[in-house]
Amino acid sequence: MSSNRQAGQASPWRAPALFCVIVALVILEGTTRNALFSGSWNTALGILNMGIISAITALGVNIIWGYAGLFNAGVVGFLALGGLAPVLISTQPVPGAWSAGGARMLAAMLMGLAVLALATWLWRRAGARRGIAVALILLAGFFAFRWLFDPAVMAIEANNAARAGNIGGLGLPVLLSWPVGGLLAAVAAWAVGKVALGLRSDYLAIATLGIGEIIVAVLKNEDWLARGVKNMTGIPRPVPYELDLQSNAEFAAEAARVGLPVAEAAGIWVKLGYTSLFTAVLLSLVLLAELALNSPWGRMMRAIRDNEVAAGAMGKNVTARHLQVFVLGCAVIGLSGAMMVTSDGLLNPTSFNPLRYTFLIWVMVIVGGSGNNWGTVLGALLIWFLWIKVEVWGPQLMAFLTMPLPAGAVKAHLLGSAAHMRFIAMGLVLLLVLRFAPRGLVPER
Amino acid sequence: MDILNALVAILNFVIIPAAAYGAQLALGALGVTLVYGILRFSNFAHGDTMAFGTAVTILLTWGLQALGVTLTPLPTALLALPVAIAFTAALVLLTDRAVYRFYRRKKAAPIIMVMASVGIMFIMNGLTRLLIGVDEIRFDDGARFIISAGDFKRWSGLDEGLSLRGTQVITLVTAFAVMVWLFWFLNRTRSGKAMRAYSDNEDLALLSGIDPERVVRLTWIIAAALATLAGTLYGLDKAFKAFNYFQILLPIFAAAIVGGLGSPQGAIAGGFVVAFSEVAVTYPWKKVATYFGFQPEGLLQLLSTEYKFAVSFVILIVVLLFRPTGLFRGKSV
Repeated sequence: MSSNRQAGQASPWRAPALFCVIVALVILEGTTRNALFSGSWNTALGILNMGIISAITALGVNIIWGYAGLFNAGVVGFLALGGLAPVLISTQPVPGAWSAGGARMLAAMLMGLAVLALATWLWRRAGARRGIAVALILLAGFFAFRWLFDPAVMAIEANNAARAGNIGGLGLPVLLSWPVGGLLAAVAAWAVGKVALGLRSDYLAIATLGIGEIIVAVLKNEDWLARGVKNMTGIPRPVPYELDLQSNAEFAAEAARVGLPVAEAAGIWVKLGYTSLFTAVLLSLVLLAELALNSPWGRMMRAIRDNEVAAGAMGKNVTARHLQVFVLGCAVIGLSGAMMVTSDGLLNPTSFNPLRYTFLIWVMVIVGGSGNNWGTVLGALLIWFLWIKVEVWGPQLMAFLTMPLPAGAVKAHLLGSAAHMRFIAMGLVLLLVLRFAPRGLVPER
Repeated sequence: MDILNALVAILNFVIIPAAAYGAQLALGALGVTLVYGILRFSNFAHGDTMAFGTAVTILLTWGLQALGVTLTPLPTALLALPVAIAFTAALVLLTDRAVYRFYRRKKAAPIIMVMASVGIMFIMNGLTRLLIGVDEIRFDDGARFIISAGDFKRWSGLDEGLSLRGTQVITLVTAFAVMVWLFWFLNRTRSGKAMRAYSDNEDLALLSGIDPERVVRLTWIIAAALATLAGTLYGLDKAFKAFNYFQILLPIFAAAIVGGLGSPQGAIAGGFVVAFSEVAVTYPWKKVATYFGFQPEGLLQLLSTEYKFAVSFVILIVVLLFRPTGLFRGKSV
């Protein structure tokens, strides 16, 4: 299919060199204060943490695209779905929510699933006129679902509407919600893949674009689930709170010994906690992904990617393998969504912008080297650093460029909108890499 | 009388808005489908091309208004449109020259072209933001209503009002004129025939002495014109907001696929199918049902308006499952 995916020779030092560049950038950000860097370890670690999460998302995309050549344009949806897990698993239960409408809600969900299952079963079985029968079942099922669903939503949202109004969580440890986030995304991916895989490549892209928007729309509008646009705050943390640390005498003494103000030290300590957690997850995922890629399964996936017809002729079930790899990749994306919401401490559905959460991730994968896990991780860290810093550097560049212009409306407008230059920068990076280094910074072996 | 009221309500809240929206979608889908037919990839940058074209139109409109030039009772934007189309076409041709031509020559896989269009999408999005920002902008001057609800009520003596906005009529008239022109162009002129020949069979077209670069250039110019037109009409009818133009990509793709990618007739039919189902499914039918003598408990709204994407998506999936080449037998690579 694509001629530019053949493995080639590249220096084995590329990945370590790139890694050193990233470390150097983070250290510069943490230590130097000038026009380019902030000189704050809090900022540096914040960027790094989000970078690691983006790297995990990018790993998921790399599994789907790099291993199997499938274009998933709905990353934001699977990420958001994963982000729902910390809310449902680890926030405290809302008193009265379950008794208000929990049972009816569950019944509605089961009803919906049963209708879909019945419709599929009927479609497979019956002969002539099955179309009409299936349509009738779906129509009747829709009304039955709404008859169960609507009162349940009303009841749950009416329950303490000002402060809660949602179904509430289970109060379980937040770390448990990470795999659950992956599971939620995997289930959605299975449903989408079942329908859209096996069709032409662009169709999967468009179908996933749609499911991404729908999932975000659901999170925005289903207030009973996670309070919708009212946002869900107060998601528990796997690390201590800054305020607790600051009031802890032992920690204050330790901070004084290192020579840092206690507030700053608390921030750094918390972020370091996240960094180690995220790094552990990232490394184990990379390990698993590498093992999978170098196993017979990985060779089969690459064979399918490079020539579907030949792989099919060798007896490989192309559609089933595609579904498998799509579900796996989306599960990783969902996991990263759960991690992101945990580290933010809030679920804000309006922030799920496809440019940032779908297409930026794609830039990371392409730049890093699709098909290469280490490359993807390094690309993600690098692009994330650039994405954050271009917002700072863009206005400075613009100020420099507009120096000869007389002060006025044009100059003010250009200066004001310079922050948007990051989109142009990312587009340029993507196009340049696609054109001149289509195998990415660290090419596939 | 009640039946008449119900009919007027349906006309006012469903048929007129859906027809205008459908015409906008059809124009957008025509652009997507032409690019697909000739260049053989799904152009993810189309929504942002629409946004860019509209942003240029708005800037020119402001310029004209500052000079005191207006087109009352029509919106000034119509006057700015040709120049905006020229700008957008120039930019789109530039992207073809700088980006797509390379992959075309290399005969890269369609999915690589889709990737490249994502890069273009980022750049167009950034340019639009740089030009005009991210806020919601209304730029429809001129006469707002052709028939206002109050006038209609007084004239007809019905309880239901019927309002017809100028922008809706302009949308329908312009879209109709453009579609007629496009079919005349594709079916009657030499260039149009060359485009269709190239779309049907690239190699055969080359053998017949058709210059592929010329065909591609023409396609991009027409696609840019359609995008600017669709974007401006959508902006006049609703409001301009850069992000909405990204989101409209999904209904546009759905429309193009429903009709069959690569088929212009299909794109138009698909646009109206998507628009009418979207509006019909998200309209609360309670009022109409009341006129027919029912007393419904709820609003009789199948889906809340926020889920209009779901409508496009479901239509898309149903078509993909049961008729993957679309209603009008588009092509399938």
